Amino acid sequence: MQDQALFEYVLRLADDSLILGQRLGEWCGHGPILEEDIALTNISLDLIGQAISLYDLASELEGAGKNHDQLAYLRFENEYKNVLLVEQPNGDFAMTILRQFFFDAFRLPLYEALMQSPVAQLAAIAAKSVKETRYHLKHTSEWVIRMGDGTDESHERAQAAIDHLWRYTSELFFEDNIDEQLQERQLVPSLKGIQANWMETVKAVLSEATLTIPTNNWKFEGGRQGRHSEHMGYILADLQYMQRAYPNMEW
Amino acid sequence: MSTTQWPLWEVFIRSKQGLNHKHVGSLRAPDATLALENARDVYTRRSEGISIWVVESANIHATDIDDADSFFEPSDTKIYRHPTFYEVPDGVKHM
Repeated sequence: MQDQALFEYVLRLADDSLILGQRLGEWCGHGPILEEDIALTNISLDLIGQAISLYDLASELEGAGKNHDQLAYLRFENEYKNVLLVEQPNGDFAMTILRQFFFDAFRLPLYEALMQSPVAQLAAIAAKSVKETRYHLKHTSEWVIRMGDGTDESHERAQAAIDHLWRYTSELFFEDNIDEQLQERQLVPSLKGIQANWMETVKAVLSEATLTIPTNNWKFEGGRQGRHSEHMGYILADLQYMQRAYPNMEW
Repeated sequence: MSTTQWPLWEVFIRSKQGLNHKHVGSLRAPDATLALENARDVYTRRSEGISIWVVESANIHATDIDDADSFFEPSDTKIYRHPTFYEVPDGVKHM
């Protein structure tokens, strides 16, 4: 392989999108109302579309002749490099929206920065995805504000979701030697700046929603190295079943 | 209808610049902002439009179907109101 670090980096992006897209897809037919059911599955399809482009780039970088399906469906659990946040269960509607909001607030500034990357294909994927992500963040922000500043029950549920998910948010900004190497080569942005941007968005929206940021700093990490929570195996069982039962199937 | 239901909104979409907004359907939403977002997700997923209007259905005043006879029927019998009694001169195109 020509560029192991860049391959790993793109794979991490792709796995975040794929696993979150798969999770959101579970809402299909179960949304709280028809309109939101369609909105959630639209976001899911956007994420899976982004994953396809990223896997195509990753497979090109890997140069092993694998297509995007093989990367998406035929790896083992410890070979997936997504953050733990995206594999957490949907829970109630508040949990799903807050998980999505934390992710969107991270992805938007990341894509904006990646549009400047000298890796042309990565910049092109970022430019295409940034519009989708801007809408996702708008939609989830609107919901966070309405739930937080809504009824007692919606406020309570939104706050419970924040309190539960907060421990998974710091991993979004996890950096190791792969990131450092690529940052030195000026191919990708530092996540420090992205984190400051994320915090600004989160503070602004949560304060308008009358919700509070948890004070505890308990953190979970491991996804970027392939160490996942107990939920990941079940997601992969659903995700990989068809491709393993009918190898090379397409539709 | 239950009062816990979100209000109903009518959705109008302009498919391209210069055309009128056209009624495409309705949906439920708690307020105007989310009604626009829901309309975007429900009605414009396949490049159907470039502009959306939403109007709360309660704000639309409509004719009564029972009055249709007195409202619309009289014009059917007055054919002289239609410009069909003129001879179109030769040389006029696109008529």
